[in-house]
Amino acid sequence: MPTMIETSSLRFAYPADEGGQPVFALRGVDLKIEKGSFVVVLGHNGSGKSTLAKTFNAVLLPAGGKVYVEGMDTLDESLLLAIRQRVGMVFQNPDNQIVANVVEEDVAFAPENLGVPSEEIRQRVDNALKAVDMYEFVTHAPHLLSGGQKQRIAIAGVIAMEPDCIVLDEATAMLDPIGRQEVLSTIHRLNREKGITVILITHHMNEAEDADRVIVMDDGKVAMDGTPKEVFTQVDHLRAMGLTAPDTVDLLDRLRKDGLDVPLDALTVEECADAITRAVAGN
Amino acid sequence: MLKDITLGQYFPGNTVAHKLDPRTKILLVVLYIVALFCAKSLLTYGLMALCLAVCVRISRVGVKQLVRGLKPVLVIIIFTGILNLFFTPGDRYIFEWGFLHVSDTGLRSAVFMVLRIMLLIMGTFLMTYTTSPISLTDGLERLLNGLKKLHVPVHELAMMMSIALRFIPTLIEETDKIMSAQKARGADFESGNLIQKAKALIPILVPLFISAFRRADELATAMECRCYHGGEGRTKLHVLKYQRRDYIALTAGVLVVTAVLVLRHFGL
Repeated sequence: MPTMIETSSLRFAYPADEGGQPVFALRGVDLKIEKGSFVVVLGHNGSGKSTLAKTFNAVLLPAGGKVYVEGMDTLDESLLLAIRQRVGMVFQNPDNQIVANVVEEDVAFAPENLGVPSEEIRQRVDNALKAVDMYEFVTHAPHLLSGGQKQRIAIAGVIAMEPDCIVLDEATAMLDPIGRQEVLSTIHRLNREKGITVILITHHMNEAEDADRVIVMDDGKVAMDGTPKEVFTQVDHLRAMGLTAPDTVDLLDRLRKDGLDVPLDALTVEECADAITRAVAGN
Repeated sequence: MLKDITLGQYFPGNTVAHKLDPRTKILLVVLYIVALFCAKSLLTYGLMALCLAVCVRISRVGVKQLVRGLKPVLVIIIFTGILNLFFTPGDRYIFEWGFLHVSDTGLRSAVFMVLRIMLLIMGTFLMTYTTSPISLTDGLERLLNGLKKLHVPVHELAMMMSIALRFIPTLIEETDKIMSAQKARGADFESGNLIQKAKALIPILVPLFISAFRRADELATAMECRCYHGGEGRTKLHVLKYQRRDYIALTAGVLVVTAVLVLRHFGL
């Protein structure tokens, strides 16, 4: 598979307070993210996961090492627009990323910036809104929508750029469970149907269940990297980094410690229930 | 209580007055103001009032709403009226009492001045009543496009205006939240004299400002992520286009101004 984003010994430091030492948020990250994959980046607060996300479309520039987006170096200023058009970003607070006070105007913002002809903007806006299932709100005022709806408008605003990759920087953190579900099912569908690479930054373990790959960040470095099963079965390692395994794995882990012979790699509730039933029946 | 605040009051509708291109409406208001300041006689003032009445009729905006728009400037109107009435020197005095004297020219200019201000305000309000803030900003940007050559940041100003409009409801919501939070901790915004009330607002304004700055920062990043790089090479979803009705309206406007100027020339 071709590579969407590649980082090599990426380092980043936030400017220090007067007299202090600069704080390194990223200390040597090497990653290769494949096109069309669904990657979840986990980590506790201050682990560098949001900083990492912001280097993917040149909002933050590396202090050391490189970031390549489809082979383009983010340090090359002449490629800035091309990089940002390919890697769209959705942020945490939906209110602070909606620009216009009509839904369609907001979705049109990115293509307008890119100088797309008016008729094509119309098409892109309609398609993007249909893709996130918000077409009926085309002339609504965004501030009257729910959190989940606002966030889907923000996603539509990114899709209208026709990006190859969407980075969601804790985009579900401020939403209620229903809103979170709306957003998650939307991005899963976009990933499946349009082949858009999704990088989901989150601290909700259960959002990682269906991912192709889970990356755990700790102290500015990649601590764990693998399929959800590979990562979540290392319960003790996760705990050591201040993270908890998903509830299902946590339950299985405790059962194992009590002597019940269950596998750890049952992530979904159904798999978990099956595993326990089999183990209990086997005894 | 803050929910009542509406800025740039707009009454949606589907009349010709609503459908006119915003640029046409802005130009018409400019023509209207020029005509008003050229009017000197009862006849020309009558003509202007008639024009306004026709426009109001077309737009189906209630006269009540239009008159309500005069309320905030009532003091200014009365003040101007009184000043003109008592302090304009003239040949013939109609009324004298102590240092107060009213001349015939004074009476004339007071009446005209008051009429002028009222017509001026009602005319401009009619425009904001029939034009959404967004299209008004859009129209202004397009109209002032030529000033870009003089390095006037037209696009930036228009963008600032539309973002300000976008964030008014968000910030009102936020203010409500902060006020509730302060009230929950025993803050008192209602009692006391004016100074005490003003002081009570400080604990609301400080967090509001801080959060507004944070919002601005995040919005700027989000805009950059969506490839915003100034007005250069930008296209629009809705392109403004003059229709037949715009040409008709503009012609009518020019005719009225010409009529006023001709009448003025003949001393009417």
